[in-house]
Amino acid sequence: MTTNRRDFLKNSALTTGGLLMGVVLPEAAQSAGTLHTPNAWVHIADDNTITLMCARSEMGQGVYTALPMLIAEELHVSLQSVKVQIAPPQAVYVNALLGAQITGGSTSVRDAWEKLRVAGAQVREMLLSAAAAEWNVDRSVLKADSGFVTGPEGRKASYGHLAEAAAQLPVPENVALKDPKDFTIVGKRTKRLDTPRKVNGSAEYGIDVKLPGMLYASLEQCPVIGGKVISFDASGAWNLPGVVDVVQINDGVAVVATSYWQALQARQQVKVTWDEGPGAALDEKVVLEKTRDAFSNVKALPIGKPVGDAQAALKDAAKVVSAEYISPMQAHAPLEPMNFTADYADGKVTVIGSTQFQQGAQGAVAAALGLKPEDVTVKTTFLGGGFGRRLELDFIVQAAQISKAVAKPVKLIWTREDDMTHDFYRPMGVNQLTAGLDANGKPVALHFKVASQSVTQRAFGLPKETYDPFMGEAAVAGYEIANTQHDLHITDTGIRVGYWRAVSHNMNAFANESFMDELAHAAGKDPYAYRMALLQNKPRFANVLKLAAEKAGWGKPLPKGHSRGIALMEGYDSYMAQVAEVSVDGGGVKVHKVTIAADVGHMINPDTVEAQIQSSIAFGMSAGLKQEITMQEGRVLQTNFANFQVVRMNEAPKIDIVLVKSTEKPGGIGEPATALVVPAIANAVFAATGKRVRKLPLTAQAIEAA
Amino acid sequence: MGVNLQVNGKPVSLSVAPDTPLLWAVRDELGLTGTKFGCGAGLCGACTVHVNGKAVRACQTVVSSVDGKKVSTVESLSKDNSHPLQVAWVKHDVPQCGYCQSGQLMQAAALLSTNKNPSDAEIDYAMSGNICRCGTYPRVRAAIKDAASMMRKA
Repeated sequence: MTTNRRDFLKNSALTTGGLLMGVVLPEAAQSAGTLHTPNAWVHIADDNTITLMCARSEMGQGVYTALPMLIAEELHVSLQSVKVQIAPPQAVYVNALLGAQITGGSTSVRDAWEKLRVAGAQVREMLLSAAAAEWNVDRSVLKADSGFVTGPEGRKASYGHLAEAAAQLPVPENVALKDPKDFTIVGKRTKRLDTPRKVNGSAEYGIDVKLPGMLYASLEQCPVIGGKVISFDASGAWNLPGVVDVVQINDGVAVVATSYWQALQARQQVKVTWDEGPGAALDEKVVLEKTRDAFSNVKALPIGKPVGDAQAALKDAAKVVSAEYISPMQAHAPLEPMNFTADYADGKVTVIGSTQFQQGAQGAVAAALGLKPEDVTVKTTFLGGGFGRRLELDFIVQAAQISKAVAKPVKLIWTREDDMTHDFYRPMGVNQLTAGLDANGKPVALHFKVASQSVTQRAFGLPKETYDPFMGEAAVAGYEIANTQHDLHITDTGIRVGYWRAVSHNMNAFANESFMDELAHAAGKDPYAYRMALLQNKPRFANVLKLAAEKAGWGKPLPKGHSRGIALMEGYDSYMAQVAEVSVDGGGVKVHKVTIAADVGHMINPDTVEAQIQSSIAFGMSAGLKQEITMQEGRVLQTNFANFQVVRMNEAPKIDIVLVKSTEKPGGIGEPATALVVPAIANAVFAATGKRVRKLPLTAQAIEAA
Repeated sequence: MGVNLQVNGKPVSLSVAPDTPLLWAVRDELGLTGTKFGCGAGLCGACTVHVNGKAVRACQTVVSSVDGKKVSTVESLSKDNSHPLQVAWVKHDVPQCGYCQSGQLMQAAALLSTNKNPSDAEIDYAMSGNICRCGTYPRVRAAIKDAASMMRKA
């Protein structure tokens, strides 16, 4: 699956831009004396300032701490003593799991796990060799520790002193890595390096960027995504104070002013006549119909290999159970609205802001402005949330185009309403599942079908009628069933779709885990025991299921009106089970507690693993209980947090987490819990009410109607 | 025209249009970018600041309404993270993306200025106007209790 993803991205024009770039030196290190660069990950200045490069964007998930931990472990420096910098676009920083310099897919640690430890060890060995040469001693008697190399007769030299000589040495190919049992940094609960700046207002996000002479822009885009400007009248805008220019770009009409507020006020006076395009015919009913039609109109692509003969086994089954599940479209709605700052001058442009895709930003801006990629400098700030929205490049290109049009540095800031109505939405998913049970209620056949839209087609040009591995995520569950068939039907509804936290794990795990509960009910069995019986040769699945059930007190009495639901999934190489404890009244679902058991392989920073699980529970609950994107004549009706509600403090459940100690390769943890909490809650709602909600979100009305 | 007020203890004069939201005045005119824009509609709390000690949404507060008043932003807590709320926030590693945290901190500071020992329910009530898309709520709650405890002992 990994190889397939990489190949898609390799074919994309967007990703080819950055590969020819030379080494770009980190600013933090540049200011700290002469800089030496033994390799792309470690920059050491004469004054012993050590800068570790973080090749992934920090959007809350903790890479700014976890990735330097891997380098520091082998470089033998304390994490608190180093500086960290987010890397510029450059081939060496490409994410091998995705084939481009992308932060997403819960891949950061999985990609870095060996690469960064090797990078740290290489530099350590080069420093030791440099010291051995300088002191003319055997390098085996030298030690590297805490930023210094020490040797016999009290010899001691800082990494900074040795760096110049070390940087001249060949990079050693085979370096010994520490035995994980000797780790002093990796695996320890570690304070995040970005926290201090995030509690006093000094952390810089895209929206905080300020350049000398910078102007502000607000952009009027077509209310129907994809629509184009026919004509516009900006006379009302020009009358307002502060307006410097009004410019038309591909996506709309931008007002540029000396302050953001002036730009926004003036933008609201621009009258645009739009060619709304085919998007004006869309709404969620049309999208559902088109998606469901794909089961009959579009050839099935196999997800994984079929096992046995599901169709034959269904015919012979004692009982057949079928159900259809629907997952609605979703917006990402990170709290920092889309924005970017661009500074175009003399055929070169610098773009600064919050992005998950540096290489794409470089390529897309170069293409849009007719520049060479090397004339596009990309700088990454902290991200005020990403969740997949900041993999997209629309707002970056817009900022660059506006800056070029006015030949001044410009910060483009979208409103929340712009953000909500011009997202790349999580596609709708329809899952149809059929199972055959034997006389004892055990499943002997499963036919899983999912119809949805391919983000990879839209974003990376995956050819039609080609399998999109992101769409098969969590489709094949861990259960041992003798005959299984999993089919993918890819449709194109016309919606502009994007990768959304946990991507297709969301729709597929909702369907699979709701259905497993339905099968247990049909068989008259306990949902936990029913699942466990199908995991006899699946120790990592069985272990987390057991741990979650034990921790949650599965089967033990509950307060009156409370019920539990359970769900199990593998995603991003992480194994997870969740138990949700809920009650239901006329106001809807109250989630009291979520218990999570997770086996994520070797953990880098267990506190971050817990934080990401906590985060995912709130994110998944918001979608599962409250949110859906609906439309009228192609206009998205959700505009702000009043009609696209998110879980707030008073709705945040108690969260119990059990982490499995493991020496398996690290799995991803930024996303999976998002997908799994929804079926856990849906199953608890069924236990509470006897009502099976198969179409999300799980609102009071949906339960009432079920 | 011109609005005179105190921001973080210093007198300032703003020459922006009187209907400009305080949010954009503190961010773009005064350069205090810790206060964040999240929704522009008083729905998310990212822009929470204090006006005469009370938590308000700076995106819904026009500058003319703060003439002669005292405004405090997140930058007023302390630069060196010595305020008990900052100490607790660091101890619990509350922030993830961090974008909402200035607002969370200022809302929490307003709560603790009137309630030295808030219960869970009181914290929920005070903090439910502040959205965190990263779901740091359990840690926000724990950190507020810790900070309250520190402040009672101080």
